[in-house]
Amino acid sequence: MRLQELTKTSGEWLRGTGPDSDIVISSRIRLARNLAQFPFGNRADKHEQQEIEELLCQYFQKLKGKWKFHYFNVEELDNLDRQLLVERQLISRELADSEGVRGVAFVRKENISVMVNEEDHLRIQAIQSGFSLEKVWKEIERLDDAIEEHVDYAFHQNFGYLTACPTNVGTGIRVSVMMHLPALVITNQMEKVFRALSKINLAVRGVYGEGSQPMGDFYQISNQLTLGKSEQEIIRNLQAVVPNIIDYERQAREALVKESRQELHDKVSRAHGILKTAHTISSEETMHLLSSIRMGFNLGLLDDLEINTINELFIHTQPAHLQKIRGSSLDSAERNAERAKFLRKHLRAVEKPNGDH
Amino acid sequence: MKKCQKCSKPATVHITEIEKHTPNEIHLCETHAQQYLSPGEEQPAQNTAVSILAQYLSTGTVELEQREIKSCPMCDMTFSDFRDQQRLGCPHDYEVFQEELHPLLETIHSETTHCGKVPKRAPGASQRRVQIIKLRNDLKRAIAEENFEDAANLRDQIHNLEQPLPE
Repeated sequence: MRLQELTKTSGEWLRGTGPDSDIVISSRIRLARNLAQFPFGNRADKHEQQEIEELLCQYFQKLKGKWKFHYFNVEELDNLDRQLLVERQLISRELADSEGVRGVAFVRKENISVMVNEEDHLRIQAIQSGFSLEKVWKEIERLDDAIEEHVDYAFHQNFGYLTACPTNVGTGIRVSVMMHLPALVITNQMEKVFRALSKINLAVRGVYGEGSQPMGDFYQISNQLTLGKSEQEIIRNLQAVVPNIIDYERQAREALVKESRQELHDKVSRAHGILKTAHTISSEETMHLLSSIRMGFNLGLLDDLEINTINELFIHTQPAHLQKIRGSSLDSAERNAERAKFLRKHLRAVEKPNGDH
Repeated sequence: MKKCQKCSKPATVHITEIEKHTPNEIHLCETHAQQYLSPGEEQPAQNTAVSILAQYLSTGTVELEQREIKSCPMCDMTFSDFRDQQRLGCPHDYEVFQEELHPLLETIHSETTHCGKVPKRAPGASQRRVQIIKLRNDLKRAIAEENFEDAANLRDQIHNLEQPLPE
């Protein structure tokens, strides 16, 4: 499979189905694992990195029956391809920007991926759309067990799964849920959410955006602590908290509809209008407007759109995707024009034929 | 002895920052190192567990000398190296620096004992693998010293250890 092919579809986790998918985009679990017989990432030399990569690729092949992995050597990819993988959440920013022999294996559906030679030798990830942590855990546990049949994981009876950074030791698990919270943002309640969550050791961070400014009203909620609790407990903690946030968001949306329906409808329609007709548009503005129409769609204020189309637009309007789809590299101004063109094309394509265009 | 870059006291903490693949060496006294390593205002979104780690490492004053001396036989890392890099060198470090890591883990996780999933395969396999790391390091050294006879022996030993255990 060539990376170019990825641009024709979106990862299954963007389908917009699954429980509570109006507010919860996706549920994700990541496990950090290391091979017992090699030093950790930062200490391994080039030969060791190559050995680790070779070994793991062999094992991925052995799993052919259950998981058909495609492996990409990230060191050999150009910047654009790396960026593409980051945008699809298949690799981390860190793997893209670091040096040394490293790569990623993933299945065509993109709901399972394994990074090789990031901070730890293996970073296994499973992701599903909607609020579905149980399903994700079952999937990733199966894979972890399957890999472990061929590999000796670094493990200590007191400290658990051993990782390069002690902040990940023990279960090596990061459980996260990506949520769309535009109403809480509009009603200035995100501070409250941050504070409440940090009291129970959950981290919240914006998903899109450079630096500290979150864009698009997307937030990722995840556990911070990995030692001394079982994987089930950590998952249950999130399962207990997320429904409350979902409720807050739904209540905030209802309140907005009740108290300022006309303003809201106007805001959403204008957003739709700009996206359909602009000739040049920045990433930032796109995120902002897409967030509005996504909420508008969920509230029934816009009906000539599909939810998975909206979800996909978040990904396909990002820099590397635009350039891969177009087939050439583009500078900032060209990207803004290409983005607008892409949006016009895709937002008009789903319009019901009712006369004026 | 290098001087602290912020005052005239001798520098006892040497930090290598890597920004956009360019290493930058910083030499500081204990006080300024603490200040330097404390998380600043400009990174509010930083993972709290990681900033707790940084804070802990920068304010630890217990038995500095002892830490300087003890090193992991497998990867040559000292606890001092760990303080600078905030990453451990190899799985065996957890065994070597058990004592030092205990309070750190307590600070980060409020717990120090794993109680979750366990690999299905024999834990003995892990110990054997640790042996292999040591042999690999010896092999590297032998090759660097052009001691090819030793290197060949070591390679054989590694190969033998890597044979799968009879189930």
